[in-house]
Amino acid sequence: MNLISNLTRMISRARFRLILVSAMLIGFMPMQWAHAVLTIEVNKGVEAGIPIAVVPFSFEGVAATGDRPADIIESNLASSGRFEPVFRGDFISTPHDLNSVQFKDWRLLKTEALVVGRVINVGNNRYEVRFRLIDVFREKQLVGQKFVVPANRLRKVSHQISDIIYKELTGIPGAFDTKIAYITVKGQSPKNRYLLQIADSDGFGAKTVLESTEPILSPAWSPDGSKLAYVSFEKKRSMIFVQDIWTGERKRVSDSAGINSAPSWSPDGTRLTMTLSKDGNPEIYVYQIATERLQRITRHTSIDTEPSWAPNGNSIIFTSGRSGAPQIYRVAASGGQAQRLTFNGNYNAGASYSNDGKNIVLITNQGNGFRVGLYSTEDRTVTELTSGRQDESPSFAPNGEMIMYATQKGGRSVLAAVSVDGKIQQTLRFQNGSVREPAWSPYNRKL
Amino acid sequence: MSKLSSYFIILCVSVAVAGCGGRKSVEENIEVESVGGTAGLGSGDGSTSATGLGGDDGSGSSSLDGSGGFGGDGDLLSKRVVYFEYDSSVLTLEGEAIVQAHAQYLSASPGVQIILEGHADERGTREYNLALAEDRAKSVADVMSALGVTTSRVQTVSYGEERPVSLGSDEASWGLNRRVEILYQ
Repeated sequence: MNLISNLTRMISRARFRLILVSAMLIGFMPMQWAHAVLTIEVNKGVEAGIPIAVVPFSFEGVAATGDRPADIIESNLASSGRFEPVFRGDFISTPHDLNSVQFKDWRLLKTEALVVGRVINVGNNRYEVRFRLIDVFREKQLVGQKFVVPANRLRKVSHQISDIIYKELTGIPGAFDTKIAYITVKGQSPKNRYLLQIADSDGFGAKTVLESTEPILSPAWSPDGSKLAYVSFEKKRSMIFVQDIWTGERKRVSDSAGINSAPSWSPDGTRLTMTLSKDGNPEIYVYQIATERLQRITRHTSIDTEPSWAPNGNSIIFTSGRSGAPQIYRVAASGGQAQRLTFNGNYNAGASYSNDGKNIVLITNQGNGFRVGLYSTEDRTVTELTSGRQDESPSFAPNGEMIMYATQKGGRSVLAAVSVDGKIQQTLRFQNGSVREPAWSPYNRKL
Repeated sequence: MSKLSSYFIILCVSVAVAGCGGRKSVEENIEVESVGGTAGLGSGDGSTSATGLGGDDGSGSSSLDGSGGFGGDGDLLSKRVVYFEYDSSVLTLEGEAIVQAHAQYLSASPGVQIILEGHADERGTREYNLALAEDRAKSVADVMSALGVTTSRVQTVSYGEERPVSLGSDEASWGLNRRVEILYQ
């Protein structure tokens, strides 16, 4: 945890030297950090973020545990690119309440916003977490809140507080208190182990929900965040499963002849759209979960795959090779004539909508390699957002501000995030294995 | 992961290593885990279920040696991998010759069954590659069927880009990975 706050401190001080410094840190990481995940930020932004000081919270009645709310909040806000944390070594005072704030101390440091708080042991392994967000210039509290949680929820509360601060200062709901599902591949080929894992949106707290010696692909969250649909090769060919993430209970929803792949949920959670090749070649189908009824949507001799629902539920976008190369098409959710959407570059695939339906994120190749692209439904053009050669599996945050994807770093796959305007980029570097196919969860307070 | 489920996994592994679980536990190639009760993913009061769903042999199935052959028919029949161009499932001339040799062998050897395993290189999306690799396997199956091999003797399966034989990110590796393997049963 200290490592993270050190890193974050360095980020705010010397953004441009950061890569070198963190590379050195990784090289000399002591054993106790073996399971830590480093968030390394590379900020391409030109506009300065809001200067914010996050004062370490007081711990009362107990020694500080592993999860320090101020560190997590500061790291979250910095990673969004919209905030510039003030270096803690420069703090003149360290208040924990509104009435102990000396405003001149913070004006001196050009701090615009100040976060203070306390963690109080209230017995029975429960903690009261209080925080206040303070406007330094107006000398008043913008928001303050109190939570009472068990020790293992301190991290979640810190993400919730980050969301409240983000919303208060930017006007946009935060997405820190969300999860990502992804696939980790361990071991050397052909003795790989495939893990379907769920972690906090910053990469911490990974839990494995499925493990297999055969490939696992394409995790997709149900709209209520309680289930994952995915493709598993555990029977030596692709089949689609739906698994409850709380009970572990799972159901095989498609095992027809040929490929069973690319599941995506309808916005109301009652249907899955998927790719099946049981009728000859890959086509898009809609599967009604309650009735197990299957409806064929596309009918074409070339590949149709990667269906994804529009947020209004009326249409489905998908990848088709019908023009001679993969491009994105849209079809009514009930089937019918498909309309081609993408015309930039010779490869556009793996598309999905933002929650507001304004943007579509996809993988595009415009001659520079496979990169994350953004298709604006207004401009109807694809813009490259990233600069990799093998970028994969882009997934929108539920607030539509950031996109998580997989990219190649040092010969393995890592997760990275880019802001929707392409200005902010960060990499989540996991200690073990190759990490890929991130799927950002919807909002769900239970998660 | 709840503590309970980590213990369970450790237990599984030790059982498998110790051999007291016998062959069965080694064969179980999949574990499902729940991630805790209603208090959240990190709540640690996990009701844990881990179910073995395997039953199949969990080992990889690629046999890529071009050796062995089936005698007489020489070079072509000893080749059991057919390669493809980028984003294409059209057989090359060499590929066609290899497939023809196998089709002839199959016609002369009733009762022999094959699996055609389609693969793609790492470029592009995984799901598109899964479809593309299936298309490649079906291209091979179509030629065999046209040459008189009964379709019930030929199975196709697609692994997309998930089972590369060469791990490099260069033209040479990609060329080796865009393939259909002809696997005799």
